[in-house]
Amino acid sequence: MTVTVLYFASIRDLTGRASDEVELSEGAALSDLLKEVTSRYPKVGAMVASLMMSVNEDYAEPSTVLSEGDEVALIPPVSGG
Amino acid sequence: MADVYQIVEGVIGPGDLHDAVRADGDGAITTFAGVVRNASLGRQTEYLVYEAYRPMALKKMQEIGKEIAERWEVDQTGILHRIGRLEIGEISVLIAVSSPHRKASLEACHYAIDRLKETVPIWKKEIWADGEAWR
Repeated sequence: MTVTVLYFASIRDLTGRASDEVELSEGAALSDLLKEVTSRYPKVGAMVASLMMSVNEDYAEPSTVLSEGDEVALIPPVSGG
Repeated sequence: MADVYQIVEGVIGPGDLHDAVRADGDGAITTFAGVVRNASLGRQTEYLVYEAYRPMALKKMQEIGKEIAERWEVDQTGILHRIGRLEIGEISVLIAVSSPHRKASLEACHYAIDRLKETVPIWKKEIWADGEAWR
């Protein structure tokens, strides 16, 4: 299956791009996607402890199982307001 | 009138939500404006750049409105957040809550800005004379 991953703010500065399409095996969880992303962008690995993640615009735990077409975002600490 | 949640690119005025949240049954409207300060952690700020994960930010702003409506006797809630480049003194976020009696809107407005800073996916980049950083 293919999912879309979005990068924002400090994470996008590290990846150098705003999004990726990532191919995962069926039944893969958010944590598996994060492993794939950090292997592509090792610098993102250093940020993992501070990252939140979302699936289809809601915050999600690493154990969340993904589906074809899901939109995932890596969300560094928010600073709106 | 109805609840208002928007991410905007243009200037926000301090009264922009007043009419949108006011109805004849309201006795109070509490408005909070977040404005761009000229310094942060001892460094002089030149300007700020805000970025949003727009659809999720709107969704989270709407959820804040729902939480408020469950907890307080309020009438309407409005939240505007600006993105892009903002100069010193400009409004980055505007929140207005109307209610029949003042206590509900005062408390709910305070809650709204605190929650926004926790849950809404918006980021601020500070630009100084000699560098920049996401904060």
